[in-house]
Amino acid sequence: MPASPTLTEINTVACLAFIFLVPLAAAGLAIMNVGLGRSRSAGHMMMASLCALAVAGLAYFVCGFAWQGTIDGPGHGLLLSAKNWNWIAAEPFFFRKLSFDGSVSSLTALFQMFCVGLAALIPMGSGADRWRLRAICFSTAVLAVLIYPLFAHWVWAGGWLAQLGVNYGIGRGFLDVGGAGTIQVVGGLTALAVTWILGPRRGKYSADGMAPAIPGHNSVFVLFGCLLALIGWIGLNSAGAILFTGSNASGAALIAINSFLAASSSAITAAFITKVRFGKPDASLTANGWVGGLVASSASCAFVSPAEAVVIGSIAGTAVTFSIEWLELRMEVDDPGGSISVHAVGGIWGLLALGVFGQFQRPVLNVLGGSLAGPMNGIASGQWLAQLIGVATLVGFVLPLTYGANLLINRFYPYRVSVEGERQGLDLHELGAGAYPEFVTHGDEFLPR
Amino acid sequence: MKAVGFLMLPAGWFLVLAAVVLFPSPPLRAAFALAGLAVEAVGLVFAFRSHLIPREEKR
Repeated sequence: MPASPTLTEINTVACLAFIFLVPLAAAGLAIMNVGLGRSRSAGHMMMASLCALAVAGLAYFVCGFAWQGTIDGPGHGLLLSAKNWNWIAAEPFFFRKLSFDGSVSSLTALFQMFCVGLAALIPMGSGADRWRLRAICFSTAVLAVLIYPLFAHWVWAGGWLAQLGVNYGIGRGFLDVGGAGTIQVVGGLTALAVTWILGPRRGKYSADGMAPAIPGHNSVFVLFGCLLALIGWIGLNSAGAILFTGSNASGAALIAINSFLAASSSAITAAFITKVRFGKPDASLTANGWVGGLVASSASCAFVSPAEAVVIGSIAGTAVTFSIEWLELRMEVDDPGGSISVHAVGGIWGLLALGVFGQFQRPVLNVLGGSLAGPMNGIASGQWLAQLIGVATLVGFVLPLTYGANLLINRFYPYRVSVEGERQGLDLHELGAGAYPEFVTHGDEFLPR
Repeated sequence: MKAVGFLMLPAGWFLVLAAVVLFPSPPLRAAFALAGLAVEAVGLVFAFRSHLIPREEKR
């Protein structure tokens, strides 16, 4: 058994403070999803966000953490070519054997409870205005019990992806500081699966080939959500760096600067592109660009310079903006919240960017509790390949798994609300009350008296 | 087409895993892994195309 990693007192306190910021990222995403959806489903979206967070936390407590585990915890391995491929943890259910004494394990459990909730919120932006509340809870439970813990174990708990460096000399193994892959791409690919299963909203694609825009109902919510997300993301990236790469609290300044710069350059790029193409900057695409930049920064924020973070953000903003349009118009994927482009495309770019730009000036915590072999003062040889293998795993394993799991649930409990429910709005249909009851407008109010 | 697409995704992933296990030489390993990723890309194209909405179902 490898030596258990420990944190200094200052790192423990800083890590706790950063973890407490993470729910703000969830609040930001939730309020963005509300603003990007229709007003007649706004209350439903917020209610579903709360339920998803609750279900994710409970499911993760019951058995998600047991299968994800920690770096120093027990796990099941397969012996392939004389190398141990650790593929799933073997912790007891219900957080048993977890000592809440400021240990890395207890901090990891707390951090991951928030992270899995964040991942669960991502598909809700895609399923807006047509995804039933109970189906959201079922899908979230599967995500928190199986899909998220499995991939997070491979990356953050000494699994085979993290071991690629130790076992096969491929860079420092697959690295993901703040969850660009484990949280964002897993959530984004689940969003894609859910969108395929649900189909588009009624009226989105007409027989004459047109795809009219269905604008969000409150751009103020969307833009305010961006600001909340920034605070949450700084906590997410900083806590992840301390827990999973062995960074010190003193490195948080660079991480926060890189996160902010990536978001800023991404948002400005998205605003510029929409201004050039449509005549005016588009608020919702700029907001999506902002979050796309945050997502892309998550993978590499501890290992790149501020200038490189600006480049990473700019490319993320470009990729997110064009991806949203391509998915909506060419691939007929109706994603009201832009979740697939922001989280899956932005996250994949972020992971690859670490392989391109990542520089390692200090040892990186690895599965053996020490530092990885190889030069510590420059670009790791083969890091790009390690990142590529991680991306291939997300697309080749996580996507079919999440699609199959959600398709199975849909067989027993149909995801999509009835035609009448969609016309009426999910607030009235599923909750029995609208989000804005005092703002009922009647057509005759606008007639001349 | 949907089934083919979703079978090609893990097939490409297995190629990537095979590259890691079977080829110690970095260039060969990278080439094989890229080939696996290309298979996944084709699978993704099939998956997207199989989810295009038939004209008669558009409303």
